[in-house]
Amino acid sequence: MRKYWVVFRVALAERLVYRADFFISTLLMFIPIITTILLWRAIYDGAGTAEVGGLAYQQMVAYYLFVMITRAFGSMPRLASDISGDIRDGGLRKYLLQPIDYLSYHMALRGAHKLIYWVMATLPYGFVFWLCRGFLPGWPGWSEWPAIAATLMLVFFLGYAMNCLIGLLGFWFLEVASFIHVVMTAQYFLSGHMFPLSLLPDSVRAFVTYLPFAYETYYPTLILLRQLAPDEIQRVLLVQAAWVIVLLLASRVAWRRGLRRYAAYGG
Amino acid sequence: MAEIEVKGLRKIYRVHQKPQGLMGSIRSLFRRRYKMVNAVDGITFGIETGEMVGFLGPNGAGKTTTLKVLSGLIYPTEGEVRVLGYVPWERKNAYRRQFALLMGQKNQLWWDLPASESFRLHKEIYAIEDAQFERVQGTLTELLNVKDLLNQPVRELSLGERMKMELIAALLHSPRILFLDEPTIGLDVVAQASIRRCLREYNRDQKVTVLLTSHYMQDVEALCDRVLVINHGKLIHDGPLADIVKRFARHKVVTLRFHDGAWPQGFDDLGEVVSEQRPKVTLRWPREAVAERAGRLLNRYAIDDITVEDPPIEELIGQVFGSETKPGGAPS
Repeated sequence: MRKYWVVFRVALAERLVYRADFFISTLLMFIPIITTILLWRAIYDGAGTAEVGGLAYQQMVAYYLFVMITRAFGSMPRLASDISGDIRDGGLRKYLLQPIDYLSYHMALRGAHKLIYWVMATLPYGFVFWLCRGFLPGWPGWSEWPAIAATLMLVFFLGYAMNCLIGLLGFWFLEVASFIHVVMTAQYFLSGHMFPLSLLPDSVRAFVTYLPFAYETYYPTLILLRQLAPDEIQRVLLVQAAWVIVLLLASRVAWRRGLRRYAAYGG
Repeated sequence: MAEIEVKGLRKIYRVHQKPQGLMGSIRSLFRRRYKMVNAVDGITFGIETGEMVGFLGPNGAGKTTTLKVLSGLIYPTEGEVRVLGYVPWERKNAYRRQFALLMGQKNQLWWDLPASESFRLHKEIYAIEDAQFERVQGTLTELLNVKDLLNQPVRELSLGERMKMELIAALLHSPRILFLDEPTIGLDVVAQASIRRCLREYNRDQKVTVLLTSHYMQDVEALCDRVLVINHGKLIHDGPLADIVKRFARHKVVTLRFHDGAWPQGFDDLGEVVSEQRPKVTLRWPREAVAERAGRLLNRYAIDDITVEDPPIEELIGQVFGSETKPGGAPS
């Protein structure tokens, strides 16, 4: 297993090579939510009620701020396209020749990327959250941290497993870009990224909670917002874990099957 | 048992035939036409430990396909293959730790990092001990003269330097078998010589078994005692290189470049003309006649440049064996 630790370390080094203006670009990522918040301000004023979708205005602002955090743990930019690209243009070859497992390798890589991201993002995130401290609930108590840590870890694995699976479709389809696009769009609406899922009519929400997307953003964000009771938190964590296991297994199966096909047509 | 054993290897590819034009593209959405291509059509051979064997043949002969099967990248349609006792396409870690495949112009190193980082990663992936790693890295970088390039990002190296680094990466884990696919393609003369020298020394010192494909005669001449000639997926010769050249390359291809204004009137005394394009003439001479004719012509005419080469492999093979094999039109 030590080799994956080294992969991790080498990936960290690689990330540092591209030292873009990280602080500023991270700050700029918060700008889109300003528009969203202004929109919600108008909605709340228009609605005339204190709560919309179960959240007060203050909590809505906090919701979007926390969505930034969950998205930062779960987003896997280019993972699906990297994997399908490897399959398509022969990059997969070297992983077949070396005594290393391709899927574990990518997980170590992504772990490294997230770590470096968070090391460098702490400052800008801290700055923005300090500015907005009026909207945020207070610091979580000691007993709440394990659940928060657990849900964010699971968000990472869930994001990894989903994108991995889509990327592996590259064994059967030459162009995976359209699948990626469809899933990204679905994710945007159905994960709670665009708006809290509590705004959906009950029937639709019931359906949506059978999909993994809600457990990528909406429920974890509610945990961060401290909106969930302990038994609900437990349920969310269990469902997250279940989805992670299912999707990781599906990735394994897709890998084995796909490789058998691939090795028939030439690496 | 031989270290590498191949019996009756066959690989058939199903290649989609895309018809021309727009109507063709639309039609192929609904019904696809496939052609069966015999990339490798029944090959049998064995290679013992420490041998350095060349796989010669024109493009599309089946050399690369055979190497891919031996390295476990693809599995065959038919046939039995054992390398070091393993079935390659099972891709067991124990097998993968014992061989290396190097493909010319394809890279396995991290692009943005210095080669030294990729080497360190290799060390961990292959579980190489510290002392051995230092020693091997030291020897190889010395041999290939790239010691001071170790800390430069790979993308900043020239093609020749990059290939040398790829070769080092392939040898770091002291593989028992080295598969090389067109290793010197695209390299300048100096880099080619450097790599060939390194391979020869390595084979001699470490008793590494080397199987190398090439369509350059020089690679094979410099490195291989034994040659397997493949054409159209079939093995048509298995033996020492000297045999082939002696038996089949009866001619040399000679190119003369005449000095400005010294263009000869007639070509009768030059011998068989292959092509002419002023101021150059390309001729085909029997091997034995080269020295005498060259001397005579250099005295008679003002010749700026004379090149004497072996005929290209394709020609040799095509001319001698073309009648014995039927074409199968295979991708390599």
